[in-house]
Amino acid sequence: MRNVYVLGTGMIKFGRYPEKTVPQLGGEAAIIAIRDAGITIKDVQMFACGNLQQSNAMVAQRILQQIGQTGIPAINVSNACATGSTAFREAYMSVASGMYDVAMAVGVEQMGKAGLLGGMGGGDPAYATEGKLGSGTMPVVFGQAGLEHMRKYGTKLEHFAKISVKSHKHATKNPFSQYRNEVSLEDVMNARMIAFPNTLYMCCPTGDGAAAAILVSEDKLKQFAGGRKRPRVAASVLTSDPWTERDLTFQDVSTLTRRASKEAYERAGIGPKDIALTELHDCFATAELVHYENLGLCGDGEAGKFIDTKGGVHPSLGGHDPVNVSGGLLSKGHPLGATGVANICEVVWHLTQDDRAKERQVPNAKAGQAHVIGLGSACTINVLTI
Amino acid sequence: MAEQAQATDTGPRPIVPWLKLEPKPHLEGLKCACGAMYLDPKRVACSKCGETDKLKPVALSDKGKVYVFSVVYQSYPGIKTPFVTAIVDLPEGVSVRATLADVDPEQAQKEPNKVFNMPVELVTGVAAKDREGHDVVAYSYRPSKN
Repeated sequence: MRNVYVLGTGMIKFGRYPEKTVPQLGGEAAIIAIRDAGITIKDVQMFACGNLQQSNAMVAQRILQQIGQTGIPAINVSNACATGSTAFREAYMSVASGMYDVAMAVGVEQMGKAGLLGGMGGGDPAYATEGKLGSGTMPVVFGQAGLEHMRKYGTKLEHFAKISVKSHKHATKNPFSQYRNEVSLEDVMNARMIAFPNTLYMCCPTGDGAAAAILVSEDKLKQFAGGRKRPRVAASVLTSDPWTERDLTFQDVSTLTRRASKEAYERAGIGPKDIALTELHDCFATAELVHYENLGLCGDGEAGKFIDTKGGVHPSLGGHDPVNVSGGLLSKGHPLGATGVANICEVVWHLTQDDRAKERQVPNAKAGQAHVIGLGSACTINVLTI
Repeated sequence: MAEQAQATDTGPRPIVPWLKLEPKPHLEGLKCACGAMYLDPKRVACSKCGETDKLKPVALSDKGKVYVFSVVYQSYPGIKTPFVTAIVDLPEGVSVRATLADVDPEQAQKEPNKVFNMPVELVTGVAAKDREGHDVVAYSYRPSKN
């Protein structure tokens, strides 16, 4: 496999764009990434597009119909919340394999105010299990993952709430974030309960957004970068949920993350202590807490202590091992298909000291990772180094 | 005759295929020779070991223990909240998702440790009527009486 570099990135502010279409949102992010890379659409040889809610509607091709119909291979990727990051991996593999030298990945989603996800099936509503056989909505599934940690290790509700406080504080420095308001511990603890222990501020919002990345071979990096240093994709890992005892009833979000994390560190040849920043899948505050351990940022059972000692907090706020300095899904937002590529943009911007992360730069960042979980389940981890 | 009987049958139906109504309501699982257990009765193969012909139906115990839970405050339109949802471990080695009946949501939040490991038992009842007029039977768990 060949070395692959992220030459350019693009992202639009996450929020609500009811007046625009999905291909327009994706096209806007793509144009930003193409210009950032210093290339044109004519240089792009392969395109992977991640979108979930219009996954049967040829979004990749419709984006090219907006920005340049060059006739290149275009594929539509759907992999739950890991949709965008899986598209990124498809683009990565197409360059790593030697088949193409310049590939583009876009993640895009327009959710509107979609509300809760999961739980409801089709058919005769008399047979819908939601509310009759408990609940399978996302706030519940991830709430239970948090309670599992509480059951095992005595984790406190305050630990989960502190994650939301941190996320919101981080987001105040990110102009691309859907929400940029600070919240206090009391605000989070006293907010409306959605699914215990997740209160409103411990649940990510729905929203619209798009992000894009241009991936190139070493030759093309030399041709186009003009001396600019660009991060290498040191590992791009995808796992599915292996058989575990309760997985088919109570989705196990940890085992596939642990497997992906182990493989990602091995492929990248580094460990958690070398990681300057982590963007991880905090769809709920409870999810972030369990992933601290799953990604090796602290030992098993130590997530509570990690939080109490300002783990995950930006160094400029007195923290260490920063996690989700972008504001994370909780504050930056989680337009499903866009999330995986947006997380990679964030990591790239710190490694390259890009102005787009100016106010929240993690100093001396040489390596970072972006982790995503799609329930059902898929896990991606992309490690970037410079 | 059999076809006619089926066409006019308005008897109760289980909400999910692993709920069996006869001879008395109970859950049925599939056990693989490798030890893996499933609720889904129509599997292609065991997803732990991959074998296709080692799966056998097993009647499941009515009693179990709560592994984890949540209290649901926000659900879909028409679903009454709050209610307690739980993952219940059965002694046969399979887990079931169900509503916990007779457990106070606020109390569960105040003292989650009293809900973890709580012994519970299966209860069934009519939860809806389907488009063809059949009663749809669902199940929940309540704190075990003994």
